[in-house]
Amino acid sequence: MKIDHTTVDHVAHLARLEFDGAAKDRILNDMNNMIAFVEKLNELDTANTEPLIYMTDETDHLREDEVKQEITQKDALLNAPKHDSDYFKVPRVVEKK
Amino acid sequence: MKIYLSLADIQRDLGSGELSCEALVKSYLERIAANEHLNAFREVFSESALAKASEVDQKRSAGKAGKLAGMVIALKDNICYKGHKVAVSSKILEGFISVFSSTVVERLLAEDAIIIGRTNCDEFAMGSSNENSAFGNVANPHDIKRVPGGSSGGSTAAVAANLCLAALGTDTGGSIRQPASFCGVAGLKPTYGRVSRWGIIAYASSFDQVGPITHTIEDMAAILEVISGMDEYDATLSSKPVPAYSKQLEVTGKKRIAYLEDCLNKDGLDPEIKQHVLGFVEKLRAEGHTVEPVSFPYLDYLVPTYYVLTTAEASSNLSRYDGVHYGYRSKNAYDLESTYKKSRSEGFGPEVQRRIMLGTFVLSAGYYDAYYSKGQKVRRLLRDKTQAILDNYDFILLPTTPGTAFEFGANSADPIKMYLEDIFTVQANLTGMPAISIPTGKHSNGLPFGIQLMGRRFEEGELLAMSKHLLAAR
Repeated sequence: MKIDHTTVDHVAHLARLEFDGAAKDRILNDMNNMIAFVEKLNELDTANTEPLIYMTDETDHLREDEVKQEITQKDALLNAPKHDSDYFKVPRVVEKK
Repeated sequence: MKIYLSLADIQRDLGSGELSCEALVKSYLERIAANEHLNAFREVFSESALAKASEVDQKRSAGKAGKLAGMVIALKDNICYKGHKVAVSSKILEGFISVFSSTVVERLLAEDAIIIGRTNCDEFAMGSSNENSAFGNVANPHDIKRVPGGSSGGSTAAVAANLCLAALGTDTGGSIRQPASFCGVAGLKPTYGRVSRWGIIAYASSFDQVGPITHTIEDMAAILEVISGMDEYDATLSSKPVPAYSKQLEVTGKKRIAYLEDCLNKDGLDPEIKQHVLGFVEKLRAEGHTVEPVSFPYLDYLVPTYYVLTTAEASSNLSRYDGVHYGYRSKNAYDLESTYKKSRSEGFGPEVQRRIMLGTFVLSAGYYDAYYSKGQKVRRLLRDKTQAILDNYDFILLPTTPGTAFEFGANSADPIKMYLEDIFTVQANLTGMPAISIPTGKHSNGLPFGIQLMGRRFEEGELLAMSKHLLAAR
């Protein structure tokens, strides 16, 4: 199949990315090439094949459910682009400026 | 100072008093400074490396040093080390400081390895040439006009240029083995579930594995036995005990080895590399091993399956980069949604955005079954067929790469052409098998290349023993 600009806009929104002008044309072209490339899989009959989801044969390893302090609040905020002493800061959410 | 190619040589000279860890680290720091043009390192951890060196020297004089004392090792820039920066060569994580260490780092330090720095790589480990780094190309030490391979290209270039004794890389589709081949060093992707992924910046979680890059198989075994095994922070790890790999590096008995005819007949495979693989076929036969051609009819489906599944996993893993909790935030953001969209669009490079977009597409409503689910079904076919071969053979012998290191820009115009660089390496990641590239080849163009050996799950010991044998027989 071939996708169009509408699909690119929809997928970009889902991925929280934005493409405008020439960048949008480029990503549309790249995605169409990649989709054509992966559609090769349709040549294989998988009607009776279950999806392979887990790559491990292990059953769950259970542990005691204990409270641990593994990272401090200070460390959690260390890499935030904007924060105060207690919180991550984001632009106003409820109304646009 | 002399150049060391093995931990045994370093430990011998440490033992005789001819060398100290501090002097060793200083000599590596000098070599790194003299080879800055390679751009192999993103950052050198001089201070903590020298501090660790003097700690190890003290432990040695007290007779209490760990088994990796003298191992000067570099980390790919996607492996967290507490108090040190890590950015997976992306602008979106520039300046990020790890607030905890990965399990592999904890284990290396506990055995007194000295971590010397973090190495350049393709952004988010997505690439086969290191050209996708947001911080410049890495030059191949064998020819600086050529790529080192990717995505762990800084790690393999650093080992090849003797800027460290060993390095850790990560391998999602060949990102350790392909650059190891291009740089003339050994690189191992362990079995999925052998080495903890805790503290590794995720790309595709059902594919990613950390592995060692070294000159010798002995050093690879020494590192692997330290970093492998259960970890309460990674539930995908196997509870199988970790063997003492370094104590069982001899091939015992006659082996059964398959080689994939489809790979050797693949268009685009360099004829010298093909001849080199066939040379090993003859050598092994002459030694009494059984070496037989086997058909693998799915060769052309490997890379497409890889791209459906890894991009899907990446789109999910990379959704955490939101411009809020850590990493880059756009100055142009005016509300929450634009904080996400502008931070991500300005912070991620083009290849990362391409893969997020394809991954989001294959997971989206209406396309999930046709692409993502289909990819998972094909993955089962690939796994079952590969397993069937390994039920009958101890190893699969194949090339690591279709050619030798290419020039910068040679594959840049067409992403799919670049993706096909991984045609021989993705099979191990899709199927969870361990695989190694060993530096046996020297092309008439002067460049090194490796051969690849894939083994049964959790039989790294067998793989390393045979690799040591092949490396000695080259």
